[in-house]
Amino acid sequence: MEYLRPADWPEALAAKAAHPDAVPLAGGTDVMVELNLDRRRPGHLLDLGRIAALRTWETTARTVRLGAAVPYRDVIARLSTELPGLALASRTVGSPQIRTRGSVGGNLGTASPAGDAHPALLAAGATVEAVSVRGTRHIPIDDFYLGPKRNALAPDELIRAVHIDAARGPQQFAKVGTRNAMVIAVCAFALALHPHTRTVRTGIGSAAPTPVRAPRAEAFLCGLLEEGGHWSSGAPLPPSAATRFGELAAAACAPIDDVRGSAAYREHAVAVLARRTLHRTWNAYRTSNDAAITGGEPPCA
Amino acid sequence: MRVNLTVNGRPRTADDVWEGESLLYVLRERLGLPGAKNACEQGECGSCTVRLDGDLVCACLVAAGQAEGADVTTVEGLAEADGTLAPVQRAFLDAGAVQCGFCTPGLLMVADDLLASHSNPTDGDIREALSGNLCRCTGYEKILDAVRLAAARADGTAPR
Repeated sequence: MEYLRPADWPEALAAKAAHPDAVPLAGGTDVMVELNLDRRRPGHLLDLGRIAALRTWETTARTVRLGAAVPYRDVIARLSTELPGLALASRTVGSPQIRTRGSVGGNLGTASPAGDAHPALLAAGATVEAVSVRGTRHIPIDDFYLGPKRNALAPDELIRAVHIDAARGPQQFAKVGTRNAMVIAVCAFALALHPHTRTVRTGIGSAAPTPVRAPRAEAFLCGLLEEGGHWSSGAPLPPSAATRFGELAAAACAPIDDVRGSAAYREHAVAVLARRTLHRTWNAYRTSNDAAITGGEPPCA
Repeated sequence: MRVNLTVNGRPRTADDVWEGESLLYVLRERLGLPGAKNACEQGECGSCTVRLDGDLVCACLVAAGQAEGADVTTVEGLAEADGTLAPVQRAFLDAGAVQCGFCTPGLLMVADDLLASHSNPTDGDIREALSGNLCRCTGYEKILDAVRLAAARADGTAPR
């Protein structure tokens, strides 16, 4: 095994181009487990630790460009206003020791269906900035996850950053596990309201081969909010709507039975989390100043 | 490969380090510092917790090469040079917070770090800080007592 330690980003891209089998190493919370437990012996380790820019972020009114190696600790402490859903998800990652090292870029690189960041990214709306010596691609998050631990990166590409839409409405994230720390999700659900476009987006974790959205649940909720004039009135949602939203979220799952939970339990739990996050986000929307002043915006897609 | 780092204030060099080796292995097997414990090797148990450039990390998840030039503090670095125990070490002894002892080094590191940033931690703060450290003797109540005792001594509300 060869240890590559590029001094800057161009050097890192050149190294990845020369050694496509090189495994990028940042926080080590996934890669080192595989090395320690003898599950993986890559020809090259590509240590990105000297590239400080990967641990920085830039914020505009519309977007956060989150460096690939920004640790979850910083997302929680510094970006909870712009990225409330991702900050909530970050709070559930591992332990303080893990959140100090682990990053959203690592979650994307590993592309485990159980990664905590994924549902929040899907719900908020995001693109992955994938870079190689050939150039830069912006991969929509909806197209990024291809299979269990498989993503859309080419062998010579590295994740430079994730561009995440800054929240313009309430966002929630909820996760089922056996305790409040050090837990891999049995299942997870994220919901983001986007009042400026009168849309909603969802994300489901650990209940399908990849992280997925629940398009039918989103369309149902969008239609209901639009037809009922809820975006303008901020009126409470009928209880049957939350139930239906939950059912449609569960129907978007394709779970398996495994040591953490059965497929049936996961579907049930996703329905519960969908209802719960809907109540929380809608109550937050109703009590915010946004309600009743968002008329005249584009209709629901 | 060779790795140069500072451990507990002293410059150290480890030779013949395998490229896929962890900082934990370097500390224990190459530098003779067995305080950080090797248990799960996957960041689940916290028994290998050390301070790396000021941050608490699981040493098993840090590649040796990533520690090049770094400043590392292990549990061996908590006590004074003359052997006087650090306040958290004294509190763990006095509260009976040690059973088999395997989790103790990691817990001491996180407790020490917590008290450095929180002079008067709530039980919630303590539980959060210790949430990445497992004690399989299940001695958590005494461990919480010890952290509360160390905090109370630090702000003068408990005798030393």
